[in-house]
Amino acid sequence: MSYVIPKETCSGKVLSPDFGKGSKAVKIGGENALPFHSFDGAIPNKPVIAYEIQDIFPDDWPDTVKNQFSSVSDNAVKWAEYCQNELKAQAIALRLSGTHPDRGDRSPQDAAKTVKDVLAAIEVPLIILGSNHMEKDAAVLVAASEAASGYNCIIGKAQEGNYKTIVAAALAHNHKLIAMSELDINLAKQLNILITQMGFDKERLLTDPMCSALGYGIEYTYSVMERIRLAALMQNDATMQPPILGDVGMYVWKVKETVATEAEMSEWGAVAERGITWEAVTATSMLIAGANLLIMRHPKAVETVNKVVEELV
Amino acid sequence: MALSGVEIFKLLPKTNCKKCGFPTCLAFAMALAQGKVELAKCPDVSEESKKLLGAASAPPIRMFPLGTGDKAAKVGGENVLFRHDKKFINPSVFAINIKDTLSNDELTKKVEEVITSEIDRVGQKLRVDAISIEFASGNAQQYESAVKLISEKAPNTIIILNCKDASAADAAVKIVAARKPLLYCATEENAEAMANIAKTHKVPLGVYADGLAALSSLTEKIKGIGVEDLVIDSGAKNAKGILELNTQVRRSALKKSFKPLGYPIINFVLREDPVLEACIASVAVAKYGSIVVLNSIEKWKNLALFTIRQNIYTDPQVPMQVEQKVYKIGEATENSPLLITTNFSLTYFIVAGEVENSKVPTWLAIMDCEGLSVLTAWAAGKFTAGKIAQFIKESGVENQVKNKELIIPGMVAILSGSVEDKLEGWKVTVGPREANAIPTFLKTRSA
Ligand code: B12
Ligand code: SF4
Repeated sequence: MSYVIPKETCSGKVLSPDFGKGSKAVKIGGENALPFHSFDGAIPNKPVIAYEIQDIFPDDWPDTVKNQFSSVSDNAVKWAEYCQNELKAQAIALRLSGTHPDRGDRSPQDAAKTVKDVLAAIEVPLIILGSNHMEKDAAVLVAASEAASGYNCIIGKAQEGNYKTIVAAALAHNHKLIAMSELDINLAKQLNILITQMGFDKERLLTDPMCSALGYGIEYTYSVMERIRLAALMQNDATMQPPILGDVGMYVWKVKETVATEAEMSEWGAVAERGITWEAVTATSMLIAGANLLIMRHPKAVETVNKVVEELV
Repeated sequence: MALSGVEIFKLLPKTNCKKCGFPTCLAFAMALAQGKVELAKCPDVSEESKKLLGAASAPPIRMFPLGTGDKAAKVGGENVLFRHDKKFINPSVFAINIKDTLSNDELTKKVEEVITSEIDRVGQKLRVDAISIEFASGNAQQYESAVKLISEKAPNTIIILNCKDASAADAAVKIVAARKPLLYCATEENAEAMANIAKTHKVPLGVYADGLAALSSLTEKIKGIGVEDLVIDSGAKNAKGILELNTQVRRSALKKSFKPLGYPIINFVLREDPVLEACIASVAVAKYGSIVVLNSIEKWKNLALFTIRQNIYTDPQVPMQVEQKVYKIGEATENSPLLITTNFSLTYFIVAGEVENSKVPTWLAIMDCEGLSVLTAWAAGKFTAGKIAQFIKESGVENQVKNKELIIPGMVAILSGSVEDKLEGWKVTVGPREANAIPTFLKTRSA
C-alpha cells in the first residue's frame, strides 16, 4: 500500500493581534492549523512567553522562584528592567497584586503610577493584569489603561462580572484585552460575544479559558483550549478565533509539588528542579493544547520552554 | 481496511431471517459497518465470512501487552485523536535507556532507580515501567551479561532490548523471552533476521524506518513474515518530528484505516538536560507516544511525568472519585474530630494526606458529589447545607463521635450557619481554606 500523508486543511484562522510598539512589538496567532501542525497549514507567529512581575514584593511565591528575583523584586521598575535586560524577556506581565483589598489595597492612582514608571523603563510590550478582585479590578484597570494610553498594551482580565468598564477603558485607550472565563468553552464564547457586542473589535481580543497547574485540573484546561482551537479552525467559529492566553505561573507556584521541601517529601526529590519542571511541563502542555501567549515566572522554566518552542516550529 | 456496509452484506447469508434483530441482512450489515452491533448476533454467518469480517473489524491500532505479571502494560488500542472525544486508553509506558557499556555497579544503580521509582498519586501507583538496554558496546557477550544482570535485578520490569544486531539480539532474547520483552528494532537492513527472532520467541517487535512511507512498507513486510505485535518508530527525535509524525500515524490509522501504521508508537526523547527532556516527553505523552524512552529518571522529573500522563489519560467524562463513607485516619476514637469533604479523588487524597501529616487521629467524612472538588461541587449544588446534613444523618457517624462537631472546608465557610440549622444538636466549625493548614489547625485544637 502506498502511503499518503493525511493532511487536514482548516477553513478558519486564529486572529493575530500585535502588542507593544516600535521594533519590540510582537505579534501572536495567525495560524490556520492546529498548534505546531505546520504540515497542515501556516504558523506565521511563534508563541510568546511574558515574564510575570508584581507591584509588591512577592512574599507569597515559594523560595525557588522568589529567590531568582530577590535583588529586584522590591521594586516593579527594577524588576521589569531586570527581566528585559538580563533575562531578555520578549514581553512583561505586570500583575497589580498590591491593589487587592487583602494585599495592601493600593489605590487605582498608585497602580497607574506603577504602570507609567514601568512603561518608561522598558521597550518590550507590557501586559497589565489586575489582582483578580472583580470590583477592584474594574477601577484599577480603568486607571491603568489610561496611564498606558498609546503603548498598545494587553489589559486584563475582563470577566463576566466586570467586563463592561474594562472593555470601555481598553477601547478608549486602544489596548488589547484579555477575556477570562472559567474552564467552559460556552462561557468563553459567550463572553467574547458580549464584549464584541459593545463595539470592541474581536481582532483585539485574547481568550483566557483559565489555566490550571499540572496535577490540579490541567486536563480540563488542556481540553477546553483544544476544543476552542478546533472550533476556531474546523468550524470557522469567528467568536472562538482570538489567540489563547495561558497564565501559567500563578497556578503552578502554589501547589504542594512546587513548595514542599525534599525534607518533607523525600520521594519527590529536589524541590528547585521539581518546581521548575512543574512550570515547564505545565507550559509545554498549554502550548500543545493551543496557547499563543504564556505568562511564566522562573527563568530556567522560561528558557526551557523557549527551547521547546524552537524545536516545535 | 474497514469494509463498507455493502461489502459486509456480500459476506452475510442474505436470507433476511431477522434472527439478528434487524429486518434485513443489509440493515444488519450497515449497523455492523458503523460498529453498532457485533457480528455474533447473526447465528448463520459462515466460518469463512467470520474470518474475513473479523480481520476487518480489528481495532484500528493494534493492542497487546508488554511484559508479564502485574507490572505488564498494554500498549495501543487507541480510538481517538482528542481526549475530549473519548478517554485515551493505555497510558504511555515510560522507559529509561541504559547502555551496556556501564560498569556492573553503575547498571545496578540505574536499576535501583527504576525499582524505587514507584510513587502513589491520587490512589494510583505510578512508576517507570520499562528499561531499554542499549547495545552500545558492539560486543555481544557484554550485551548478554548486561541483559542478564538487569533482568535479575529488575525481575518484574518490562524489558526493551534496544539492539539492532541480530545475533546479539538473538542471544539476549533467549534470556528474557518468557517476560515478553520488546525487541527493538527491525530496520530495512536486518528486518528478516529480526522478524524471525521475534517470531520464534513470540515477542513483540519494534520497527524503525526513516519516515512514514518507508515505515509502512517495512511493517507490511514484517507482517508478511508472521509478526503482528509491532511497535513503530518513525525516526522522530525532536519535538516537531514527534508531534508531526505521531499525529500523521494516528490520523492514518483512525481516519484512513491504514493498517500498515495501525500500531503503537515508540518515541526516544533522550536529552542531556533533564528539564528539557521532561518537556519533550510531555509532548510525546500528549501526542500519542505509547512508549517514551528517557535518558534519566530523577525523582522530581518522574513526579512531573507521571502526573502529566495521569492527567492526559483520565476519563474526560468521569472525574476520578473515591467511595462515599466516613474514613478513619489513625486510631480515631469517639473523641476525635470529624472533618467533611467531597469525593473527588484529588480532594480526598490531599486532605487525607494532610490529616495524616498532622498525626492527629481523625474521622474524615467523604460525601458523594459526583467526583467534584469542594468549590465546584458547591457551585454545582451538590455540596449544599441540606445534602451535607442528610449525609451526616444517614452515615450513622453520630454514633461514632461524642462531640457533635462537624468541621467543614474553609472554602465553603458560607455554609456554616445553614448546616448548623439543618443538623440539630451539632456545632459546625469552619476549617482552613487550604489543606496544607490542616496539620496546624488540628494540632492546636487537640493541644
Ligand atoms: C477543575 C475545575 C472544574 C472542573 C471539575 C473538576 C472537579 N473534578 O471538580 C469542571 C470543568 C467540570 C468545573 C465545572 C464547574 N466549575 Co469549576 N473549577 C475547577 C477548578 C479550576 C479547580 C477545582 C479543583 O480541582 N481544585 C482542586 C481541589 C483539590 O480543591 P478542593 O476540593 O477545593 O480542596 C482544597 C480545599 O478546599 C481544601 N479542603 C478540601 N476539603 C477540605 C475539608 C476540610 C475540613 C478542610 C479544612 C479543607 C478542605 O483542601 C484542598 C487543597 O487545598 C476551580 C478553580 C480553582 N483553581 O480552584 C474551578 C471552580 C471551583 N469552578 C467554579 C465553577 C463556578 C464551576 C461551574 C459551576 C461553572 C462552569 N464553568 O460551568 C461548573 C460546575 C460543574 C457542574 N458539574 O455543574 C468556580 C466556583 C466559584 C465559587 N466560588 O463558587 C471555581 C472556583 C472557578 C472560579 N474561580 O470561579 N470546574
Ligand atoms: S441473522 Fe444473519 S442471516 Fe438473518 S437477517 Fe440477520 S444478518 Fe441476515
